[in-house]
Amino acid sequence: MSLTLEQVRRVAHLARIEVSDAEALSTLGHLNGIFTLIETMQAVDTRGVEPMAHAQDLAQRLRSDQVSETNRREDFQALAPETEAGLYLVPQVME
Amino acid sequence: MIGRSVSALAQALTEKTISSVELTQLYLDRIARHNPLLNAFITVDGEKSLAQAKAADEMRAAGLATPLTGIPLAQKDIFCAKGWLTTCGSKMLNNFVSPYDASIIERFNAAGAVILGKTNMDEFAMGSSNETSYYGAVKNPWDMARVPGGSSGGSAAAVSALLAPAATGTDTGGSIRQPAALCNLTGLKPTYGVVSRYGMIAYASSLDQGGPMARSAQDCALLLNVMAGFDERDSTSLDRTKEDYSREFSAVASDKPLAGLRIGLPREFFGTSERSGCAPEVMQLVDAAIAEYRRLGAQLVDISLPNMKLSVPSYYVIAPAEASSNLSRFDGVRYGYRAPDYSDLNEMYARSRAQGFGAEVKRRILIGTYVLSHGYYDAYYLQAQRIRRLIANDFVAAFKQCDVIMGPTSPSIAFKLGEKAADPVQMYLSDIYTIAVNLAGLPGMSIPCGFANGLPAGLQLIGDYFSEARLLNVAHRYQQANAWHLQRPQGID
Repeated sequence: MSLTLEQVRRVAHLARIEVSDAEALSTLGHLNGIFTLIETMQAVDTRGVEPMAHAQDLAQRLRSDQVSETNRREDFQALAPETEAGLYLVPQVME
Repeated sequence: MIGRSVSALAQALTEKTISSVELTQLYLDRIARHNPLLNAFITVDGEKSLAQAKAADEMRAAGLATPLTGIPLAQKDIFCAKGWLTTCGSKMLNNFVSPYDASIIERFNAAGAVILGKTNMDEFAMGSSNETSYYGAVKNPWDMARVPGGSSGGSAAAVSALLAPAATGTDTGGSIRQPAALCNLTGLKPTYGVVSRYGMIAYASSLDQGGPMARSAQDCALLLNVMAGFDERDSTSLDRTKEDYSREFSAVASDKPLAGLRIGLPREFFGTSERSGCAPEVMQLVDAAIAEYRRLGAQLVDISLPNMKLSVPSYYVIAPAEASSNLSRFDGVRYGYRAPDYSDLNEMYARSRAQGFGAEVKRRILIGTYVLSHGYYDAYYLQAQRIRRLIANDFVAAFKQCDVIMGPTSPSIAFKLGEKAADPVQMYLSDIYTIAVNLAGLPGMSIPCGFANGLPAGLQLIGDYFSEARLLNVAHRYQQANAWHLQRPQGID
């Protein structure tokens, strides 16, 4: 299998990472090398094998529906690139 | 004091030979002298460290000392520590002063340990050489032209150069064990779920696990005793009875302390043709270490891990898939880097991420996004998870025949800076012996087993689930009979 430049651009768009033409080209070369390695998996017959998502076969633990965190809005917003009146600012998305 | 074990330092603190403030200052001085060359620390804040040391001295004076009270430790910069810059090796978090403590930081603080600084690492723990750090490569104290391994390369270099008595690391595919091997340290990746991941910046959540890096198995046990334990803030933390990981060290000494121990040697590492996957000088040292284990009473068992060769390919589907999801949080809105110029929201995301992430992180996000995308999910992601099951099953079968599995940690001694940086696939193959352990969720260690051309090599010990205490003891018995782990790099005074 070999990726195309168009696929690299599409995936970069899905991942929200801007790539220049030069970057897309060098990324294509690297990804194709990596996928050559990954493709060796395809020769294995895994019919009937249960996929393993996790190292421990445990059910998700539930907790009681209680407030556990205190309000630290100011501490957290101090880290943000841009805030105003307790809100995070981003470019306008609707007119 | 410099060069003493953690337990010897604790004894000196108890006997008042030295205070924590004095000890911390000694290490801060060494860091000031050697870090400009080694680049092992991203952040050092002497004022903060000394304040903690002072509090530790008061804690000790009040009779509240624990084994680690007053001991300075280097923390990998993947662990959030309140009030400390926490970068994860990335430009993306260049200005992130954490508003909270990771669980393990909380635990070390409660025990009275001192944060000596935050150590350099591959960006978001993605790398095997520490060259992907935004803050520059770390040098191997054994040879400044070589890599310390990665991703916990800063922690490894710091402890190896005696800039810290011990450190923390994290291991997703070998990031504790491989740098430990390349820098002559003892490193332990615990069973998945033993050490809380809360406040440990996520790379691949089903594989990531924090653990200790130190100069002996005894010191690793002291750190793990503090790090391990249930934490309800980590949904995969395991609720188990508290263990003393040093409990097996006290067994009666004899010339056959490991009599009855069955060591499994996988054909996939040691078979006549398979041996060529490892540098001959490393294999020779591993063979010699195993011969030493026979002298200590262990018996050798021929085992097979038939799907071993599939661990790297399946890891490079699973880990990037999880990373692409975990790293979607870095969008330039709530914290971290935001690009200076953009015309709309999409451009703000895409440029912030393009400029904030380095090349290797972007590559893994792209791989992950691709293998999870419509039409490819079954062929890649599900297939990789099925292979993960086969690999885990191989270990289950192997541990019916043996108690511990041994082999090389890394296929080579430390390579030169820049040697593999341009070829991701060659870099990925640095972890051929370590990755399967993460996929299965098992505990694994690396211990020093000798030198080739003046550079250290590591022996890997893999145990069954929750066998950390036994692994540590198997390592300890070897370290009682050999002094490889006590050797220090000559280039650092």
